[in-house]
Amino acid sequence: MLLEQILFYFFATVLILSATMVVTSKNPIHATLFLVLAIFNSAILWLMLEAEFLAIALVLVYVGAVMVLFLFVVMMLDIDIATMRAHFIRYLPIGLVVFITMMVEMILFVGTRYFGLEQFAKPVAKSADYSNIEELGQVLYTVHLYPFEIAAVILLVAIIAAITLTLRHKPNTRYQDPSHQIHVDPKDRVELLKMPAEKL
Amino acid sequence: MKSVYLTLVLAPLLGAVIAGLFGKKIGRTLSHSVTILGVAVSCSLSVWVLSQFIADPGKVDNFTIYHWLVSEGIDFQIGFLVDSLTVLMITVVTFVSLMVHIYTIGYMQDDPGYQRFFSYIALFTFSMLMLVMANNFLQLFFGWEAVGLVSYLLIGFWFQRDSAVYANLKAFLVNRVGDFGFLLGIAAIFMFTHSLDYQDVFAQAPQLALETIDIIPGNSWDLMTVICLLLFVGAMGKSAQVPLHVWLPDSMEGPTPISALIHAATMVTAGIFMVARMSPLFEWSETALAVVLMIGTITSISMGLVGIVQTDIKRVVAYSTLSQLGYMTVALGVSAYAVAIFHLMTHAFFKALLFLGAGSVIIAMHHEQDMRKMGGLKKYLPITYWTTFIGSLALIGFPFFSGFFSKDSIIEAVAVSNIWGAEFAYMMVLLGVFVTAFYTFRMFYLVFHGPERMDHHTKAHLHESPLVVTIPLILLAIFSVLAGLVIEPLLFGEYFATAITVKPEHNVLQNLEFHSIIEFVWHGMLQPPFALAMAGWFLAWFLYMKRPEEAERNKQKLSIFYNILAKKYGFDEFNAWVFAGGARGIGQLLWKLGDAKLIDGWIVNGSARLVACFSGLLRHIQTGYLYHYAFAMILGLMFLLLQIWYIAPAP
Amino acid sequence: MVALSDYLILSAILFSLGVGGIFLNRKNIIVLLMCVELILLAVNTNFIAFSHYLSDISGQVFVFFILTVAAAEAAIGLAILVVLFRNLRSISVDDIHTMNG
Repeated sequence: MLLEQILFYFFATVLILSATMVVTSKNPIHATLFLVLAIFNSAILWLMLEAEFLAIALVLVYVGAVMVLFLFVVMMLDIDIATMRAHFIRYLPIGLVVFITMMVEMILFVGTRYFGLEQFAKPVAKSADYSNIEELGQVLYTVHLYPFEIAAVILLVAIIAAITLTLRHKPNTRYQDPSHQIHVDPKDRVELLKMPAEKL
Repeated sequence: MKSVYLTLVLAPLLGAVIAGLFGKKIGRTLSHSVTILGVAVSCSLSVWVLSQFIADPGKVDNFTIYHWLVSEGIDFQIGFLVDSLTVLMITVVTFVSLMVHIYTIGYMQDDPGYQRFFSYIALFTFSMLMLVMANNFLQLFFGWEAVGLVSYLLIGFWFQRDSAVYANLKAFLVNRVGDFGFLLGIAAIFMFTHSLDYQDVFAQAPQLALETIDIIPGNSWDLMTVICLLLFVGAMGKSAQVPLHVWLPDSMEGPTPISALIHAATMVTAGIFMVARMSPLFEWSETALAVVLMIGTITSISMGLVGIVQTDIKRVVAYSTLSQLGYMTVALGVSAYAVAIFHLMTHAFFKALLFLGAGSVIIAMHHEQDMRKMGGLKKYLPITYWTTFIGSLALIGFPFFSGFFSKDSIIEAVAVSNIWGAEFAYMMVLLGVFVTAFYTFRMFYLVFHGPERMDHHTKAHLHESPLVVTIPLILLAIFSVLAGLVIEPLLFGEYFATAITVKPEHNVLQNLEFHSIIEFVWHGMLQPPFALAMAGWFLAWFLYMKRPEEAERNKQKLSIFYNILAKKYGFDEFNAWVFAGGARGIGQLLWKLGDAKLIDGWIVNGSARLVACFSGLLRHIQTGYLYHYAFAMILGLMFLLLQIWYIAPAP
Repeated sequence: MVALSDYLILSAILFSLGVGGIFLNRKNIIVLLMCVELILLAVNTNFIAFSHYLSDISGQVFVFFILTVAAAEAAIGLAILVVLFRNLRSISVDDIHTMNG
């Protein structure tokens, strides 16, 4: 039991520290990388909560796709870092005040007063042959089939939206127009001339 | 019998539809033929039905033709109630209508709206028959409005004239006032009896008489009085009683045949008929009867006086009609319903005759209606002259002519009545006899005697009207003379015994002595009315034949009275000033204050301005900066958390 | 023993960090988006913690859908960001105030 607690506090501390760095770091690339670290840490915490599939999915989807996208965008855009940090100190007090009041209020709520071990006992650990992915799949493809399909459509919409938003038609780009191509009449292209053979 | 009555009613309608819808296609001759045929069928059937009722006056035919709808157990239906009263009415209506139809062929000869006119008068005949034959209030109201509609259409027949359009609008509006009262009366009856059927309602009359109604909270009024007065308001509108009479003189803008048919003989008597039909109700309210008597008295004398100063030949006859309608109303007021109907009948004949005679004069004068431009027409229009003479004698109540019997009966009935105001009414109707004789013969002498005042062009073309005009005149003249001879069965016999209800204590006719017609005439000649009529005639002769300059001089001397009469007591000015002007003033006020200021200024534009004002303030909150919105959300979240913290139960 | 409250407090701190980050980073929308990701991470952790302690798989289903939508959101958000940068030559929050009333 002690090991579990040590692991929890360790990863929790790393998570909070990396999250703090995300918020405060000067360079957006650093911020992105710290977010990756934070996500790894929470994935480990999710593993401790026996949500193996989601922990792996988090790493794959976030670290593998979303964060790479973030990095890509950060590097693509030509951002002047110096001006970005100009007002940081000015906004620090209000940021701190908001952070602390919110945290205190929420911790007051979610503390052991309502959510301690007396109210929610630690469930018995699952056996070794337990498959989290199987159980999730069971409900996802039966009870939640309809939302699942909608989620798929949402992803499709997101792909299309992202493409159409960033697509640019440059005026001097050459491209083919298939409908134009198939409507071509041979007569427009080739002119057959009948010329009399030259008399010698 | 059912099919006979249906044919009787629908034949004129068929004629009206054919002439109205296909008139242009089938031409003039066929149009007037088909409508005259329709009315002739009605007329002959009515005469046949009348002959049956003369044999058996107690007969009552009451049946339903068609159930229009049933709603919450109330049956709205179309049906006929035919009794001795109805039969008399339909005979008079169809006969006069037939005469007018024939007369119209001559009168409207050159008018482009020939077919339309025939369609209208046939439609009028149908509507009038529906009105008098109704067995329920709904159908009565239908007929009431339908004759009003046709009257409107016919007054404005020459709609190119501004005056005609004004007159028909006036008739329509004034009749709305009356109809509104009438409708309220019907509604009151319906509210308390839950029935619209005559016989149901009449059977409940004794119970209704005991009830009261609180129109203004805290003030109990006798229900029957309220109902009867409301119904009588309707009659006042239709039968042109003071103060709702103003439309009738103006209705003379219409062609003369309809003045004869609608505004003298039939439609305007619908109110009289209706009150007589409702006699089982009116008998239960002495107050209502007294009001009826007063209104009738005022109408008869005041309108007769106005007739004296008119110069338009048709208007003289129109005011005479008003005065005579007043006489009928007086008869109703003293519960002498039978006498009222009797006078209605004789009046229908002689007044139609007078109107048609006036029309004949107008044809000859090339549509000149001013009597000051006539005179000496006797030798040019002999038939018109003699028939008009007969009509005039009937009107002033010369012995043996129909008017004598009916008018004398009215005066006698008023004399013996003991209802409130009967003495005053008696004085006034006596005076009315004198006035009637005076204006009638004033008109007669101005038109037919004395110097010829028309211009040469008109004079050269003067000739007697064609046969289609004179034949109705002659027929009507015959009836104007003879119609009075039915006095005995009508007033003193059993003819109206079932149709009209009179309480014993109101029954004035039983106090009149009647032995024979000859005796009645002798008795009448010794009474003041005869002497007064003769005096009026003499005065007219003296002033307009013997000493014409005397008339002018008296006119100067009595200029105050002359002006009051010429202004018709200022009813038109009063209406124009108070009602029209008042309505315009209120409208102006509501427009300026209510519409422009309150609704447009405050509510419409004001709310827009209010929104603009508020949003002008609120837009400063909308900075467009993302973190400001986020901050607002977080503030809200913190507030919610705090709230829950205090509400949440301790674990 | 790690209690449910421990996870919830961790989430609360993570959430507050995300919210505070929104206030701190006014010049960079990308970091703003990352803060939103932090907030979502906190919420997801809550769901999974409850799912575990209540032994109810539904919490994980929720997280599954949130991940899906968050991925979509990040993709579209970044696309908008790219378009924005093309037009404004800036990704500073202070420059985006055309909604100003």
